[in-house]
Amino acid sequence: MSAAYEAFAGGEDILAAWARPHVLQITLNRPKARNALRTQTLRELAEVLRLATADDAVRCVVLTGGPTVFAAGADITELAAHTATSILTDDRPRLWESIRRFPKPMVAAINGFSLGGGNELAMHADILIAGDTAQFGQPEVNLGIIPGAGGTQRLTLALGKSNAMLLNLTGGFMDARTALAQGLVSEVVPAPLTIERAVAIAATIAAKPPLAVRMAKEAVLKSFEVGLEQGLHAERRAFCQLFATADKQEGVNAFLEKRKPDFQGR
Amino acid sequence: MTYETILFDVAEGVATITLNRPDKLNSFTAKMHEELADALKRIQKDASVRCLLLTGSGRGFCAGQDLGDRVVQPGDEPLNIGAYLEVGYNRLVRTITSLEMPVICAVNGVAAGAGANLAFACDIVLAAKSASFIQAFCKIGLIPDSGGTWTLPRLVGQSRAMALALLGDKVPAEQAAQWGMIWKAVDDDALMTEAGAMAAHFATQPTKGLALIKQAIRASSTNTLDQQLDLERDLQTIAGRTDDYREGVAAFMDKRKPNFQGK
Repeated sequence: MSAAYEAFAGGEDILAAWARPHVLQITLNRPKARNALRTQTLRELAEVLRLATADDAVRCVVLTGGPTVFAAGADITELAAHTATSILTDDRPRLWESIRRFPKPMVAAINGFSLGGGNELAMHADILIAGDTAQFGQPEVNLGIIPGAGGTQRLTLALGKSNAMLLNLTGGFMDARTALAQGLVSEVVPAPLTIERAVAIAATIAAKPPLAVRMAKEAVLKSFEVGLEQGLHAERRAFCQLFATADKQEGVNAFLEKRKPDFQGR
Repeated sequence: MTYETILFDVAEGVATITLNRPDKLNSFTAKMHEELADALKRIQKDASVRCLLLTGSGRGFCAGQDLGDRVVQPGDEPLNIGAYLEVGYNRLVRTITSLEMPVICAVNGVAAGAGANLAFACDIVLAAKSASFIQAFCKIGLIPDSGGTWTLPRLVGQSRAMALALLGDKVPAEQAAQWGMIWKAVDDDALMTEAGAMAAHFATQPTKGLALIKQAIRASSTNTLDQQLDLERDLQTIAGRTDDYREGVAAFMDKRKPNFQGK
């Protein structure tokens, strides 16, 4: 990898490494705990994403876990120690927010169990690719609680009411084919190829003009927050802003000159 | 776990499970399901196993459910057979069909009800000429289970499957072979020799590749051609990265016999 690609440190719970030029792969790496998302994991993740945001070399992130477990939820021992008051001042909502606000595209490669907080993390990704053995669920109800990082909201946006209720109220699991049919994931591939497929998608995205990609992501996410009128307005504003970029000029010129564009992110 | 209703043996890459309640024609009990599930789990965890051979002891292969094992007493609530299927037969069929190695079934005698459909869940079925297959369910007011309503029409076509399921007629092994219900009918005394030789052969073959073949063929019955072409592309990608593929090509180039490790 060329000198422009600085090494990412990762941490105790996660690995971060270049998968391709411009594609940073983040791997949840606490197999002993089935990648349970303890606060430290979220902290490390938020930190890597902060660095990735600032580093122009990063154009797309692939987020993955292990071959049999993507992430099996929150760390139950941490949960057990919390009281009603300590959970109020918990650092986690702030960490989740910084993951949520990551402005660059993120593709999740999910093999095995994607449960509880793990599934909520998966749903923070912009595009979800599942291995054929993946299982999805929000089993929080079994512990007398409910999802606390978007599980009731994002799952409903992805699946609709009845299917989201089914997972949230029964605590049951959904297999990869069903997740595909119901719109939670974009593709199902044989499990050994999941990361490769996610990286290929990420590489395709990384070859696109970064500013346009970023604005497209922002505009799509906007649709979950505001009404159509405001959404269309935001989209139009972003559309106009992109006309001021060098990449728009390059993209249009390359198209007219029948050559491959070389986008600079400006 | 020591077994009471089955025999389990692993030798030279071949796991052999023998249904072993010969006085009851090896009919299924809850205990047998439990023991089969345990044995199959051991096979899945044992990387040295590269083929499973399933057979029965005594004069029958398997007479299906032991009805005496789930008798309803007068005044009891009616039995929920569906729940029983889910934890027993369905789990068994799902495990066998997804087992990442060839599964040979040597049908040594009568295979009735779930016994027949267990055989059809295996990848290659050899039967002794004196063996027979019966969808006995219709005779007691039930429907073929353990995948029978799915496998039978795919093996022999809908008209034969329908008649067999509705009439419960006995199909002798040679007829079954002619119809494509099974791979082959062999002389009774040659059954175990032939099945054993096939299992020994599989134990030397590229196991990962064979498992992918099995996965692709099984997926084909519900896939469109387009989906199947995609699946072949993906599974071939995986197959092309196995050590055994490398060895297979190297052996071919060197004009020698390949030495597959199942990896």
